[in-house]
Amino acid sequence: MAAPASYPASAEPTAGFAFILKKAVISALVALVLFFLMIGIRTEAGSSGQLIYWTRFGELASIVGAVFVGSIVIELLRRWIGPVGGVELPASVRGGFAVLGRLLAPALLIFALLVPVIFYNQRYLLDLAILVMTYVMLGWGLNIVVGLAGLLDLGYVAFYAVGAYSYALLAQSGLPFPHFIDTYPYVALDFLQLGQWAFWVLLPVSGLLAALWGVILGFPVLRLRGDYLAIVTLAFGEIIRLVILNWQDLTGGPNGISGIPRPTVFGIPLTPGENGFAAMIGVPFSPTHRLVFLFYLILALALITNWVTIRLRRLPIGRAWEAMREDEVACRALGINITTTKLSAFAIGAMFGGFAGAFFATRQGFISPESFSFQESALVLAIVVLGGMGSQLGVALAAIAMIGGFELFRGLDQFRMLVFGGVMVLLMIWRPRGLIGHRAPTVFLQKRTEISASLVKEGHG
Amino acid sequence: MDYFFQQLINGLVLGSIYGLIAIGYTMVYGIVGMINFAHGDIFMIGGFIALITFLILVSIGMTMVPVILLLVLLVAMAVTALYGWTVERIAYRPLRQSFRLAPMLSAIGMSFVLSNFAQVSQGARVKPVPPIITGGYTLHDSGNFAVQLSNVQIVVVVTTIVLLAAFTYIVSRTRFGRDMRACEQDQTMAALLGVDVDRTISMTFVIGAALAAVAGMMYLLYYGLVDFFMGFIAGIKAFTAAVLGGIGSLPGAMLGGLAIGLIETFWSAYFSVEYKDVAAFSILIIVLIFMPTGLLGRPEVEKV
Repeated sequence: MAAPASYPASAEPTAGFAFILKKAVISALVALVLFFLMIGIRTEAGSSGQLIYWTRFGELASIVGAVFVGSIVIELLRRWIGPVGGVELPASVRGGFAVLGRLLAPALLIFALLVPVIFYNQRYLLDLAILVMTYVMLGWGLNIVVGLAGLLDLGYVAFYAVGAYSYALLAQSGLPFPHFIDTYPYVALDFLQLGQWAFWVLLPVSGLLAALWGVILGFPVLRLRGDYLAIVTLAFGEIIRLVILNWQDLTGGPNGISGIPRPTVFGIPLTPGENGFAAMIGVPFSPTHRLVFLFYLILALALITNWVTIRLRRLPIGRAWEAMREDEVACRALGINITTTKLSAFAIGAMFGGFAGAFFATRQGFISPESFSFQESALVLAIVVLGGMGSQLGVALAAIAMIGGFELFRGLDQFRMLVFGGVMVLLMIWRPRGLIGHRAPTVFLQKRTEISASLVKEGHG
Repeated sequence: MDYFFQQLINGLVLGSIYGLIAIGYTMVYGIVGMINFAHGDIFMIGGFIALITFLILVSIGMTMVPVILLLVLLVAMAVTALYGWTVERIAYRPLRQSFRLAPMLSAIGMSFVLSNFAQVSQGARVKPVPPIITGGYTLHDSGNFAVQLSNVQIVVVVTTIVLLAAFTYIVSRTRFGRDMRACEQDQTMAALLGVDVDRTISMTFVIGAALAAVAGMMYLLYYGLVDFFMGFIAGIKAFTAAVLGGIGSLPGAMLGGLAIGLIETFWSAYFSVEYKDVAAFSILIIVLIFMPTGLLGRPEVEKV
């Protein structure tokens, strides 16, 4: 559907100040109508259940004023800066950026390795670092599906949930079917018998279960693409959440599951006791040890995700993903098996989501359906998009920026999602390809032949 | 049997509300080929506007219920339509030339903005209103179960039918409707023939939002409450309705809405209330997989 470009962009800058003023007045008027009822009047259920309301015309006036001024400022900025994207950097500057870009990844890695050393005494920062790394890992996992294979997945959090609940349920009660265990005692695998090894055995199990669910989702949606695929994955994610919420016997419903076993350093618990890790290496016990261990654990998991992704991109399957992202029909014509390509992308992406979920469960010790809402999916997706869909470094930086930004504005908690949504819209308008990322295919013809999309574009109906 | 008829009535009323929202989805999909993810939240905003207008009218001493309802309807439609226009202008129009996932992501962002705007400006608590339209008729009383048809239900269905008639007239008989159908088929050609494509697309959003506002007001009348989160689930269900009816088809949207309303009501009545949303989402998945063109849709020919 090729829409005609009908922006009078080139004509606009010639108009004078009167035009800007007129535009600002119109914006302010629109804002006045939009906000008069929603902001000017505040409703609340009174003590007797009766609705009461009071006026807030002060706030209304300041917001309309802000829209007026903001409209003028934006219009002026647009004139002074001119159209974005037309700036060509000189070769030396671009070379400098390239060197910086190459150094950035190792520098970040070294910094990440040193985080527990630098911030050893700041529990809050360590906690935040663990959170950021969890999102980096989720972003890298989703990047396989969205960035490499080009399948817009709005229900990624479902796999995160599957991983978390798999670990929590299996670690607590073995197979979660008591009557089944009574009937067939030989399948009553009690993972608690694994004792301190429970996490290490169940981590891959959670990942595999999530991958299985990835395939279960992948099969029906093989024929869908684009928006339809996005909506179906969203529905799938919501179904998983609603089932978790309502299947009270198994999952505890809205109360969640608590008392999930904590991770161990390969069998050695991080407890103050005799056989604890601290006693073993001969240092006094400190609760910070567990935070440090958790940080290195998630860092290792994330780096494995990254490493696998990078390796996969060089394998035929990775090439097939990128080819499918660029043009699915052409792929099929060239004999690439779309079924296996799509399913493998879903399965591998889901598997890493499952690992992250198991980690989340063991870190929190408590999980409930609240942690797996659509907002989480959107947040991870926003990280991937902000990072530039396909760029590993971009996703990591985007996760740091996004979660760090959320923490910075912690005091303004109620405005958080409002700003988040606004940022997503602005990002799509100004930098739809992400802030730093690019999604150039890993392989392309050395000599560019000009017979590509630019010449055949008219064919789109 | 009486229980069945009662559920049939309830399902048709709920279906009318879904159908009104679904029309917004299907129109926008038809003309710009995107899922307007924020449409469910437009519906929610419509509910809030209706609530606030109603409160103001009552507090200045108006007592005639029909006049109040008419005024609330007009104000809600007008203001919500402006919301639809603004959303299109800010979040979608700059993206028309962008890559294919951009409008979808922008729409998700807009959905967050709208629902959290409502939360921040009006608070997170559920807003109840006392029943505005009371009374009703007992259609059939078998002694242990009486089939009721309340006046609210009559108002919802009648309003829906009247608006649909007006809407069908606009699309099939007026200049704007012709422009809209032309843009749907081929925007470049329509532009060459002197149709203002941008304006037509804007108007499509405006009409969709106005119908969503009506749905929001009907929801308020029928259930007696609004909250900032109601747009998400209702939006997905209405989208399911649009897909079920065949996306791009206007009668299909209404038909799909009724079908979803009936399925949800019967599912709650005969199986389990907890899983009614799961049922709706499952239908969405099943329809998209086995019947992607829906009941009344045309098959989409894929061009390379």
